[in-house]
Formats: sequence, structure tokens, C-alpha cells
Amino acid sequence: MESTLTITSQSELAEAVLRESGQNVNLCYQCRKCAAGCPISYAMDYKPAQLIHAIRLGMDDLVLNSKTMWLCASCETCTTRCPQDVDVAKVMDAVKIVALRRGIKPTVPQVASFYKAALANIKKCGRMYELGMIIGLKLRTFDFFKDMELGAKMFKKGKMKIIPSLTGARRTWKIFSRVKSIEEGKRNA
Amino acid sequence: MTAKYAYYPGCSLHSTGSEYDVSFRAVCEKLDIDIEEIKGWVCCGTSPAHCTSRLLSLALPFENLCKAEKMGMTNVVAPCAACFARLRTAIYEAAEDSEIASQISEVLESPLPESMNVLSPIEIFCNHENIADAVKRQLPDLKVVCYYGCLLTRPSKVMQFDECEYPMAMDNLLRSVGISTLDWSYKTECCGGALALSRTDVVRKLTHDIFEEAKAVGANAIAVGCPLCHANLGTRQGEVEKEYGTRYGLPILYFTQLMGLALGVPLKKLGLQKHFVSADALLSGVSKE
Repeated sequence: MESTLTITSQSELAEAVLRESGQNVNLCYQCRKCAAGCPISYAMDYKPAQLIHAIRLGMDDLVLNSKTMWLCASCETCTTRCPQDVDVAKVMDAVKIVALRRGIKPTVPQVASFYKAALANIKKCGRMYELGMIIGLKLRTFDFFKDMELGAKMFKKGKMKIIPSLTGARRTWKIFSRVKSIEEGKRNA
Repeated sequence: MTAKYAYYPGCSLHSTGSEYDVSFRAVCEKLDIDIEEIKGWVCCGTSPAHCTSRLLSLALPFENLCKAEKMGMTNVVAPCAACFARLRTAIYEAAEDSEIASQISEVLESPLPESMNVLSPIEIFCNHENIADAVKRQLPDLKVVCYYGCLLTRPSKVMQFDECEYPMAMDNLLRSVGISTLDWSYKTECCGGALALSRTDVVRKLTHDIFEEAKAVGANAIAVGCPLCHANLGTRQGEVEKEYGTRYGLPILYFTQLMGLALGVPLKKLGLQKHFVSADALLSGVSKE
């Protein structure tokens, strides 16, 4: 008699990562080249290969509360060296997206604040207006004195604009809103 | 007549990396390479976009490619390594995944341009014929290490730029205009990139390792092709020296500034005065001209 039993080996988290990034973490055979090559693994709580393994096991709490993906600098060394062609940097992006969507507080809050400040700035200005972005970041992190000396020196050297250009701002505003509504529509479908 | 290349400067080249913009333009002028800035270009989204929304991170680059196409151009030059990577990634991913391509087109309310080609200025200059004939200045004192950083070469299947672990394109280009470049093993190590504002400690550690290696092989300047690498290595070099109790004094120069020097562009037209680590002593032979 033929068996009708279906075995589901894919954790829900691995499924979510696949949906977000198109990456199948089950291809990983733990060679740890990603961990060996990662320039920031020294500061991470779990090495990239460990995080991938935890995704496969469906350890949502461990993965989504890890510092690893927030510290990833997107240098793509892991992606380039993976013998199984897993785009590890994209997996890191996907884990961040899933964590934010589930309302989990980022374990490296400064990084998430930087993303938010930068995106708000691009949406409103069309092009990155660095001074505005830095003020936005400081309002989010309450770290008002960080890099003050450096910023002053950059001004003196004429490396920072005082007035934003606002070219393309209407277009970016529209692109951001349309992306949001398409993504929400897709999730509700 | 339309220009040969649509020029996408990106946000940094209009602000923190403005010396990359002026020196790139100066070199193009010297070599008779015709460029025209994309009208109304917007930010490519950079890391904050791809870390939070895949669709947004692909739609923003395509917005700029659509604008270039409207100007009747198919070749886009993007000097900033991060913009270059985002533009090439958008083309690659739209070609691989028709579902995401149709979503991008839905966001932009426009069909996606099909035959766009995104280039780094390194690729354009490397293919330029008889570049050695244009050399006007000898720079025998320079011993440069070329720092490619992450995004020019990685991920290799997307970027298709040189050899990803040990690239030579920038070295060969500078050597072709008579500048000595040295072999070293930190060409494509990460400088910490966008962590500069959020986890500066990480950036200081990574750039420290890069400076140590550059000094160990005997370099007296580092050549870069990315405004973020430039900011991390240049503007924070003093902080690194203070933290590790050492002194590097390594000027960080865009490869276009070095080319400009060799091709005889006047010093003040290369934005050299904007650097935090002064190149005055290194270029004292040139400035006496």
C-alpha cells in the first residue's frame, strides 16, 4: 500500500526566508566558509552558519533576537564564497525584514534607527540629504554628541550640503507609497 | 548628438564625495569621453533599502535606468561602487525573476528598459585606447595600494567585474598611466561600510587592519573607488590612530584623482584640498611645478 504521509522538513521561518529572498537555507551543509570569511563575525553572537542552521531548525526566538543580521555590513563575502550558492547576505536581509514585520525589537537598535532615518530622508528628499539624515538619526538614538567634531570638520571642508536639493522628491514619495501598498496587498492575498 | 554615457553620480558624489565627481569629470574631459548627467536622478536606495524591502531596493535603481533610457542612452556610468552594485543588481534580479520584474514595473508605472548596460568608470577607462599617450606628469614618489572594497566585485555572479578575490583592474589602470601600485592582501576586505554611523567601533577595527597591511607593504597612499570606503578610511583615520596609539598618515585618494594627476589636470581641479589626511607632502614634487 502506498503511503500518503507527507513529511514537511521546512520550518516556517525557513519558508518565510525563502519567500522574502528566494534563498533555500536547506542547501547549507555547514562548511562554515561564510563564518570564516565574515569580517564582522567577531562581533556577532551567532556566526552566519549558526544562524542559518537555527533558521532550518525553526528556532524563531533565537534567530529573530540575534545581533548577527543587524551587524551584517552586506559586504557579500559569504555570498561569493558559498559552495552551495546560498546568498547568505540576502538571508540576513530577509531575517531583518521578518523580524521588523513581526514587531520584534532590533537587538542592535542603532542600525535599525539608521535604516529608518535614511529611508525617511530618501523618501522626502529624493536624494540622500546627509545633514537631515544625521539629525533624524540623532533624534531616534538620542546620541546627540556622537561624531560632532567629525561633522564640524566635514562642514569646513565643504563636504556637507546645508540645503537639500529635493530633486525627484515627488517621485520617491510616490515610489515608496506604491511599494508599500503592493507589499501589503501581496501579504493579505 | 547624445552623449556616449549617461552619468549617474549618486548622492555621495554630490556631497561627501564631491572630489570624486570633479576628478571623474576632469579625467573624462582629458580622455574625450562624453558623459551627460541623468536628469532628475534619485537615490539608489543603498543598504537601508535592500535591508528592509527587496522591491524598494530594485525599484529605485530602475527609476534611474528608466530616466537614462528616456534620454536615449543605454550605457550608464556609476562611479560610486555602492550605486554601481545596486544598479547592476537590479538588472540582474529583474532578468532572473519575472515576477519581481512585473512588480517593479507596476511600482514605476512604466515598462522596464531592456538593454541597459551599467558600467564602472574603471571598465570604461581600461578599454580606452592609448591611455599611456595622454600621460603628462610622472609621479615616481607614489607607492599606491588599490583598495577595491566590497561592492565593485561582489557578488561576482551579479557584478561580473574582474576577479572577485584578487582584482587587478584598478592596478592595471593606474600602472597604465605610470603610477606604481603594490600587491597586498586587503584589496577586497570590508571597511564596515554603512556601519559607520551606527557601529563606529566595528569600522575602526576593520579600517585599522587595512591601514596596518597597507603600511606593512610600504604604501604611502591608498586608492579607492567608493565614497563610503573613502569616508571610512579618510575621515576616521585620525580616530583610529588615537584609539590604537599609532600614526599612519595615509592619504586616501580616489583613483580618478590619481589619474587626473598623471594626465596633467591642474591640482586645484581635483578636489585634493577636501581630504582629511593631507596629500600635500606626498605631492610636494607636483605642486612645485
